[in-house]
Amino acid sequence: MNLFVLLKTVPDTVEELTVAADGVSLDAEWLRFKLSDSDEHALEQALLLKEKHGGTVTVVAMDAPELDESLFMAFAKGADRVVKLAGDLAAVQSFSAARLFAEFLKGSGQPLSADTLILVRSQATDDLEGEIGPFLADLLGLPYVGVVTSVQPEGGSVTVSKEFAGGLRGELSCAMPAVLGIQSAEKPPRYVPIAKVRAAMKSSKLETIDVTPAGAPARFPVEKLYKPESAGRAEMLEGTPEEVADRLVDLLANQSLIQRGR
Amino acid sequence: MTMANGVLILAEHLRGEVADITYEMLGAGRKLADALQAPLHVAVIGRGAGSVSSGLGLADAVFVVETPESEVPSAATIARLLGGLIEQKQEAIVLLGWTNLSMGVGSILSARSGLPFVNFCRSVRAEGGALVVTSQLFGGKILSDVRLADGRGIVGVSAGAHPADAGRSDRAPTVETVTLAAQAPVVDFKRFIEPEADDVDITKQDVLVAVGRGIQTRDNIELAEDLAATMGGAVCGSRPVVDQGWMALSRQVGKSGMSVKPRLYLALGISGAPEHVEGMQGSQTIIAVNTDAAAPIFDVAKYGARMDVLELLPLLTEKIKARRG
Repeated sequence: MNLFVLLKTVPDTVEELTVAADGVSLDAEWLRFKLSDSDEHALEQALLLKEKHGGTVTVVAMDAPELDESLFMAFAKGADRVVKLAGDLAAVQSFSAARLFAEFLKGSGQPLSADTLILVRSQATDDLEGEIGPFLADLLGLPYVGVVTSVQPEGGSVTVSKEFAGGLRGELSCAMPAVLGIQSAEKPPRYVPIAKVRAAMKSSKLETIDVTPAGAPARFPVEKLYKPESAGRAEMLEGTPEEVADRLVDLLANQSLIQRGR
Repeated sequence: MTMANGVLILAEHLRGEVADITYEMLGAGRKLADALQAPLHVAVIGRGAGSVSSGLGLADAVFVVETPESEVPSAATIARLLGGLIEQKQEAIVLLGWTNLSMGVGSILSARSGLPFVNFCRSVRAEGGALVVTSQLFGGKILSDVRLADGRGIVGVSAGAHPADAGRSDRAPTVETVTLAAQAPVVDFKRFIEPEADDVDITKQDVLVAVGRGIQTRDNIELAEDLAATMGGAVCGSRPVVDQGWMALSRQVGKSGMSVKPRLYLALGISGAPEHVEGMQGSQTIIAVNTDAAAPIFDVAKYGARMDVLELLPLLTEKIKARRG
């Protein structure tokens, strides 16, 4: 199979996020970047498909801070080719990014044949402009399914399961090539030791392709970013774990949530 | 020809049932349309679309577009039909749910219509001729305001951001069946896959002990199970825990999983990303424990503690056992 995976790093939301002085971006000094969860799953699903059906996994990403480590990690996990699109891309949002990826995919030297799947994240935490998958599919004239949790290609078409709500899923199929928005891979993303990533840094080479965004990088300006001011913020219980546990037991008992002799 | 000024809502329905997000958008859309002195419309698209329109009377008109060829039309099909409606009915603003069912519709419609698409919306308001959209980014830690200067755009609205009751109405809607050019679908809907059976239905529990990434390992889930057993409740989790294979899909709370409203929801090591919060914000009492003081879960919790859940869990279980006697 001819498998493409689009990757992007996003700020790690476990870290403190601070709005920069310009009021419309995050303060980069304090940011740590990582692949979004959904990206990790898209890569894993591609690797699982390669293991089962053979073929190659090509990873494509737009250049961004702290990207290379994630790309070498993709090599260490089993990607065959890793391409970085470089240029003046800092302001590029999803729609503009989809155009750049579409141009690359049309001229990548790997035709979008009937054994091609393009796997993307179902959604990233910073995709204000919408999901990249459907933009890309529309530009390439290919079918798209999002929120996908299993992928079974067979004879030029692919059957997927897509999540709805309440644990309900649907089975859908479409012809290949196709663009799939991966929510979860069929297995948890594999772990690679950092030594293997280091080895990949020595033995593998990232390809860099210079690109120029056509048209505006974003279709609307962000007026401001700010931290939510919550009206109903939690009453915080202070103290040692021992003290907090005592307070919680009192609170629960007062609400009749602890029943004697149960 | 009049200038496009309508507000169009994409109704969400599956298996003959209208989802709450539809009413949430109707309530918000009514206010927006009134402020703009514009008509409020609803599009119901799909097979059997005509039969689910009875509760949509808050809108000035309901447009029914039947798609007999598919029980669940694809994002591309819905986007194409919505595109047709926008032109025919002179719509300026489209509201659709940021939900699994509608995911993709906004992007494709945006690509084809040239209208901007702003996702993750918590609130939307008219300011002069502009539309200002407030969205939640980065797992709920940051808000963003976008101003669409000409007042036209597609907005993806988060579930649970607006009250559904504000969108319900007993009034009979004005329904118009619209026929738009059909195109053979490129994605075929085959069948529904029912939720996995579980001996515990987490939607029927009084007490839920919910764990997230902060539980760190599969083995530590036992600590949460001990607490749940002590309190006569059940264990559930957020997406990352289920994705790791540490818990069954039937125990997942949030956008793809269950919506729960227990008397007590103990959120342990859960950051409170919007996808999770929409499934548990209706709980009576929420108590959150997380090492990150800025975690959005503390915005929906009544009580919170900033600490490692692994330190607190055994102590809490032990003390509840002691209190129970």
